[in-house]
Amino acid sequence: MPTITYIEADGEQHEVAVAAGTTIKDAAIANGIDGIVAECGGNAMCATCHVYVDPTWADRLPAMEPVEDELLEDTASPREATSRLGCQVAVGDDLDGLVVRLPEAQE
Amino acid sequence: MTGAVVIVGAGQAGFQVAASLRQRGHQGPVTLAGDEPGLPYQRPPLSKEVLAGAAAPETTALRPEAFFAKHDIALRSGQQVVGVDRDRRTVTLSSGAALDYDHLVLATGARPRALPKPGADLDGVLALRTLDDAVAIRDRVTADTRVVVIGAGFIGLEVAAGARKRGAEVTVLEVAPRVMGRALSAPSAAHLVGRHERAGASIRTGARIGRIADDGHGRAAGVVLAGGELLHADLVIVGVGVAPATDVAEQAGLPVDDGVLVDATLRTEDPHIWAIGDCCRFPLPSGQHVRLESVQNATDQARAVAAAITGGPAPYDAVPWFWTDQHDAKLQIAGLLDGHDRTVLRGDPDGDGHSVFCYAGERLVAVESINRPRDHLAARKLLAASFSPRAEDVADDAVDLRELLAVTAPAPPSAAT
Repeated sequence: MPTITYIEADGEQHEVAVAAGTTIKDAAIANGIDGIVAECGGNAMCATCHVYVDPTWADRLPAMEPVEDELLEDTASPREATSRLGCQVAVGDDLDGLVVRLPEAQE
Repeated sequence: MTGAVVIVGAGQAGFQVAASLRQRGHQGPVTLAGDEPGLPYQRPPLSKEVLAGAAAPETTALRPEAFFAKHDIALRSGQQVVGVDRDRRTVTLSSGAALDYDHLVLATGARPRALPKPGADLDGVLALRTLDDAVAIRDRVTADTRVVVIGAGFIGLEVAAGARKRGAEVTVLEVAPRVMGRALSAPSAAHLVGRHERAGASIRTGARIGRIADDGHGRAAGVVLAGGELLHADLVIVGVGVAPATDVAEQAGLPVDDGVLVDATLRTEDPHIWAIGDCCRFPLPSGQHVRLESVQNATDQARAVAAAITGGPAPYDAVPWFWTDQHDAKLQIAGLLDGHDRTVLRGDPDGDGHSVFCYAGERLVAVESINRPRDHLAARKLLAASFSPRAEDVADDAVDLRELLAVTAPAPPSAAT
């Protein structure tokens, strides 16, 4: 089971173990991590599951679909070079240990 | 920030009030009471992933149980409100518990309208509103099932798409001359019909229902049209709209008119009682009173009321938006169609994606985007700014809608020379 570490905007850290294939968004919701909202339920419609992927991991993530790229233009906190939508990134064993930071605001 | 808040209705709106109150630092007791069992859940996946069998029912939970304990939100599931005493400011639940409140938030949602025809209560005639409804429909739809859907609105068409994906034979009956008559422009409605028909569904408009036929054993055998034609069916799904659940408001003696009536800050005539989401009728900035059924309306109104309770009331003025998924078409609607008299096409309806811009005179009122999220997001910005781009700019796909707005918007003071 891969683990994901979430670092909230206030610095609080959560490390969670998830079944391979779980999205960054689903893992956060299931573990009660508040910095992810996911208002549309993971349909790539609302940009409220915005995360900053740790730069050491950014290149190892699956490529973005155009819709994700577009939605990232509309996030509540500013987009950065390693911004992703948590609902669009499934975490397999190859991403075991992934670290993401959560933005100040999602909505 | 220490008052007691009681929220009636644990759907998307009710849940969001509780979550936003805690997020904003509200210290007082927060109770979230809902009449359904279990954890609050999302409704959008019910007619999509859950129906299609692609998502297990429990994956629809908005948050796990631990969330409510962590944030000190008293979740009272499976509870009805049996009394509201506005003088003493208490709510009594079916369990017998009496809860004091400083703020009462009504987020009671809506219920499916019944089909007013003989046979509507037969076994095999179902509506879709709750998680249990979705599971019941999912369990009855297989590749051998003949499904007749009555009503071609959002829910009817999503169920039709889901059932077709599972291989069922699907017929959609709509009494109006076209599908989604109130919710969608004519070009977008026609586009959706094309997708359904290419996927093998039959869509019949102008279809008046006579009755549901009985198989002799209390089960639905089909739908009989007003002209006498019988359409065989193993399952009849009724999607003829919803009615707001206003019982609690009526019990409390609050004004109701197809929705709990609230002012621009979402407050009822009682300053201690608010109403939000599907159950409320509220004034738009234009002065028009509307009742909207959408996740966006539920959650944005919930946040507005949480802000009002923790800070102070402010007018609610979010741009409404909606979405639906049907046969690989992700349709997003920004704004409200009412009164539109012409449409402008952007993009190619036979290509990857396109949008339909709906104007009332020169004023942009709504934009429907199919597989065009970028247009949708730009449309929300245009509508929020009350900016109506010229039709020729909209029709030209090379024109960047955001730049249009940036050029037209007044420069911020710091940029002034």
